[in-house]
Amino acid sequence: MFTDETLETVGTESSWRKSNQSEHDSRGCQTVPLETAETGAQAVRSSECGTQTEPEEPLTGQYLPDCGDLPDPPGLMDFLQRVEETVVKELVKNARSHAFDGFQVNWEERHDTVSCVHRLHHRDAQDRGLQASCLSWSCTGSVIACGFGRVDDGDWSTERAFVCTWNLERRGMDPGRPDLVIDTASPVMCLAFHPSQPSRIAGGLYSGEVVVWDTSRSQDLILAQTGMSEDAHRDPVYQVHWVPAGRRGEWAVLSGGSGGRVMLWSVGEDGRLALSSGYALLRQQLPHSGTLGKVRGSGCVGVTSLALSPWDPDVFLVGSEGGLLLKCSFSARTPAATATRVTSEGEGVALLAPARFSFSPRCGPVHTLHCSPFHRNLFLSAGTDGLAHLHSLLQPDPLLSLRVCDSYVFAVRWSPTRPLLFAAATAQGTVQIFQLDQRSLRPVAAIDQATGGRPTYCLEFNPQQPGLLASGSADGSVHVWRLSAELTEQEPRETAQLEQLANELAE
Amino acid sequence: MAEVEETLKRIQTHKGVIGIIVANAEGIPIRTTLDNSTTVQYAGLLHQLTMKARGTVRDIDPQNDLTFLRIRSKKHEIMVAPEKEYLLIVVQNPSE
Repeated sequence: MFTDETLETVGTESSWRKSNQSEHDSRGCQTVPLETAETGAQAVRSSECGTQTEPEEPLTGQYLPDCGDLPDPPGLMDFLQRVEETVVKELVKNARSHAFDGFQVNWEERHDTVSCVHRLHHRDAQDRGLQASCLSWSCTGSVIACGFGRVDDGDWSTERAFVCTWNLERRGMDPGRPDLVIDTASPVMCLAFHPSQPSRIAGGLYSGEVVVWDTSRSQDLILAQTGMSEDAHRDPVYQVHWVPAGRRGEWAVLSGGSGGRVMLWSVGEDGRLALSSGYALLRQQLPHSGTLGKVRGSGCVGVTSLALSPWDPDVFLVGSEGGLLLKCSFSARTPAATATRVTSEGEGVALLAPARFSFSPRCGPVHTLHCSPFHRNLFLSAGTDGLAHLHSLLQPDPLLSLRVCDSYVFAVRWSPTRPLLFAAATAQGTVQIFQLDQRSLRPVAAIDQATGGRPTYCLEFNPQQPGLLASGSADGSVHVWRLSAELTEQEPRETAQLEQLANELAE
Repeated sequence: MAEVEETLKRIQTHKGVIGIIVANAEGIPIRTTLDNSTTVQYAGLLHQLTMKARGTVRDIDPQNDLTFLRIRSKKHEIMVAPEKEYLLIVVQNPSE
């Protein structure tokens, strides 16, 4: 039933080489020859026009709007005749008197030296090596908020960080234990206290989120945030500011990020920040200025610093990663030439191109900008070149450049009380204070942070107590300094000197 | 021109005079050389201060009375000539 059987061997030849070879094919292609054409354009018409304002009416002419028709009240003439002699005698005496020359009242205790009042730190942040990246004082001047993050690490980071607040007026304030610690999902890049509500803080995160916290709440401090919507920043937010919104008493949050966008958010009821206007800075849409040279290529201008003018609510200044320095306008109506996302579900906000004027560019990122609180045209900028540049809004080149240090400058701030004074935070860790009327261009004071040469990233004057200056360092500590009287008290002719400086240098 | 205006003008010509305000017994301005809001603020505040100063002088010595008030500030000197019916306020910049 079962027998042995020998089957013949069957062989199949491998064919993969052959089949590969057989499938070769050849094609040819040719691009259409490039067409070039040359055209020229020339404007042929020019026009001129002039305007002239009428000289202002001298004030002496207007004794109350409609007093000409009113009869003099009874007894007024008699009264004036009786007191005129006394008043005139006093006026003449006063004009000649030198009794008060050089007299200064000491309403407050004078401080002759700069001293460190507080050294604030948060243990968790220091243990994790987080740096104090931003600071803000509340509108009352009693609370300071510090945002922790990493400035030296360019990596995409999802590391958790903190915002801490200390109330310096509180009895028994512990510099090592913040009153409030807010956890954030990514490093904090910038903070700004609300200008009238002391419990609100706006902050910008490395992840691109903009958040508004309400510290008076007991749970869930987040009042509003942008979330990860289409409109939001997708790159680190370098600066946030509160700006007055359309209606009286309402404020919106202005944020600028390295994605080249400046956004204006209104705080919604539903815990979201709603985009009310957006501005995109694109290389090809920048205004040309004499010294800017060619604007090459296209793409975004990464915003690293923003400043608002205290004099003109329409103006904001932008400093960029590439060293550009731009004057921008909120009322811009030119749409941005961007092909990318403009709307989200059809109801977004069209992005506008706000740039009006380019100042002469720097060679590295512009870390900081600040407008003078005493002169409407002056502002300061500083960055990687170690110089602080004094600019006028009216001309592209800086009026004056001061050597602050041999390394980077991370922050400059004008003194709120002395028109000629400003402070600068350097990568060498010192805070340098300069006075513009001195021709020597050396700092009038240098405050060593005693952080072992690690950089100081941020600097803010207290808005209510101008003698207090806070600075945040790379080692995660915040120093609050009390400045000496010399650095806080305005000298008699200082405003005039600043005016003179601005005019002299502009010529 | 009315005599009142002439008198004010005479005072205004003195060195460093910034503004003159005449207010009535309630502190309501009647004549001024300054703008509206400044006038209202000066008249109201200085009226209060003058009344307070007069009260102080009379509390110390009931036979005494306030005759003139001078306030020296960093920027200005404010002079107040008070009377029952009216106040004359002159603001001067003496260092001008």
